[in-house]
Amino acid sequence: MGRNQTASYSAGLRYVGRYLLICLLSGIFLSSSAADEKRLSIYSVVANYSLPVVEHNGQDYVGLLEVLDPLGAVKASTDGKHWKLRYDKVEGEFTPGSSLTRIRRDDFDLHSEFVLDNGRGLVPLSSLGALLSNILGGPVTLHEASRRIFIGNAAVHFTAQMSAHNSPTLLMNFTAPVNPTIATEPGKLHMVFTHEPLVAPGSPSLTFGDKTIPSASYEESNGSAEITVNGTAPLFAAFSNGNKTITISASTQTNIQAAAPATQIVTPTAPSPTATPTIATPQQVFAVVDAGHGGDDRGETITDQLSEKDITLNLARSLRQELQTRGLNTLLIRDGNLTLNADQRATLTNTTHPIIYICLHASSEGHGVRLYTATLPADRHDKGPFLDWDTAQASYLPLSTVAANTMAQSLQQKQIAARVLLAPLRPLNNIAAAAVAVEVTPSPDGVSSLTSAGYQQQISSALAAGVLSLRSKLEAGR
Amino acid sequence: MTARSLAIAVIILVVASLSLGGYVWHVHRTVVSAVSVSEAQPVAAPVSGPPEQVSLYVAYDSTGTLLPETASIPLPQDRQQRARELLRALITKYLEKNSGHTLAPGSDVRDVYMVEPGLAVVDLNSELANGHRSGILVEELTLASLSQTLTINVSGITHIKFLVEGKERETLAGHVDLMADYDVSEINQMANALQTPQ
Repeated sequence: MGRNQTASYSAGLRYVGRYLLICLLSGIFLSSSAADEKRLSIYSVVANYSLPVVEHNGQDYVGLLEVLDPLGAVKASTDGKHWKLRYDKVEGEFTPGSSLTRIRRDDFDLHSEFVLDNGRGLVPLSSLGALLSNILGGPVTLHEASRRIFIGNAAVHFTAQMSAHNSPTLLMNFTAPVNPTIATEPGKLHMVFTHEPLVAPGSPSLTFGDKTIPSASYEESNGSAEITVNGTAPLFAAFSNGNKTITISASTQTNIQAAAPATQIVTPTAPSPTATPTIATPQQVFAVVDAGHGGDDRGETITDQLSEKDITLNLARSLRQELQTRGLNTLLIRDGNLTLNADQRATLTNTTHPIIYICLHASSEGHGVRLYTATLPADRHDKGPFLDWDTAQASYLPLSTVAANTMAQSLQQKQIAARVLLAPLRPLNNIAAAAVAVEVTPSPDGVSSLTSAGYQQQISSALAAGVLSLRSKLEAGR
Repeated sequence: MTARSLAIAVIILVVASLSLGGYVWHVHRTVVSAVSVSEAQPVAAPVSGPPEQVSLYVAYDSTGTLLPETASIPLPQDRQQRARELLRALITKYLEKNSGHTLAPGSDVRDVYMVEPGLAVVDLNSELANGHRSGILVEELTLASLSQTLTINVSGITHIKFLVEGKERETLAGHVDLMADYDVSEINQMANALQTPQ
């Protein structure tokens, strides 16, 4: 693409997606992955990987060299008439247009013709299991309909059961660490496992006998396995136990607990003299606290051993504690090392309908705390009751500004430098509630203060006090 | 040929090979050193066009501010080239040794495209984006500095869009949004808020 074309294309992008409607977002997330190309996932003790599938005469084909390459030393050559393959000490000979091949000097029938496409040897997916078993000399299981291949003993099993002590909470334990893509829609939480050899439980449908989380289901398609948890309230997932446990909780809980919290947790303080008793209804979340970054996104590398994502998680837990101590029902967007993009964070927040959204960041530069509200373009493209995704914050911006200023004053009262700014920082502009981003920087004691439980608690306590003082104003402005 | 002649010929060949190898090594070192020096140096100032008084919005990390500074820069008449040279002059300041807001060595603006009506597409190079420090304020200072300098000095710009190496990018360095195209009012809001020190 030429530069001018790129520029024009980019200019046009502004208008694409303007009408992504908040109420349809969950569905859009789910459909985006489903619309992908056909893929084959291969699981082995050496590597788990995914390859594109091509169609030939209405049948699925894959490149044999690409399949074998991650598993060991493989070479291919052609003499014009035959395509020859050598994997370790195993030799194979394939003839374009013919289904008959020779592997280890024995005949092997592919049942469909071998295809040579620009030097690339393609074999039919339907016979890949038997072919690989022949070449690799071990058991290979092909799930042809879902395009998943398990080589040797590669498999991850899981169990799911309701927590006896903390209902409604569903505990899912896996035999190996997992990192699924998570998406939610009203009444459902979807976990898609592409890189893990997850295998089906005894029954594809699981029932738990719980009103809030009654059931879950398992299915496979297009190189992925998917677990769908059904709920009568918004569901959230938290990872623990080195990503071998996923805890699914409903937002009716005042708190989403991770089974294994981080090593550094701020000590809870005594209730503030101004604290009021909890009056939030079980369905209403007052504050959503979003620990910035997480998972693959480390944020700023503060020191060699310390990433921004770890500081924000500890701060988020501290702030949740401080808010709940003041009777403000609080939900964490992530309570573990979870990768979430800005759209997912905004969707989770907007479907929860909180009074205020606070996202947390940390920086090694400067001193004190910086609070940000969204910058928004002058143009809005709301359609009737549907808010423009890019400017969903617009109606709430005055309230967000008041919240940021009040929190800054509260910090200053505790002798913590605070400054209020605007920033083009997603997902602030997508949030349909008062929304403030908080960037915590070191105290005058230096960068190490960012990990100090005392400093974190001082900041979160001041922020929570600021939110509490605004409670009636925030609730009225909702 | 006698054995003595053969030995002399071999010795001459060995000496010639060693000399040639030494020369190649010397040339290689000279070239590598010249390349690394040129990459680390600030972008050269533009030379085309008469000098003009412009306002550069310069970022300072120590105070977290963006302050206007007058500069005299030779600028071409063409809006597109003018925009590019303006931003290059600004980036040159950030590449100086004692800059208050340092950018990574080799940072540059690849080009600026004027797309009617009123859209300026700024294509940054990968050195600027990949080497940028991470943080909301430090990223915002760069974005606001480039944007405000452009909108104040080049007429007719209503929106600005940033690309990196000709492609869209989610954020500058993990925080500030690069997918959006910014309208002048947003840029002004940012720049005004950043003019008050911390």
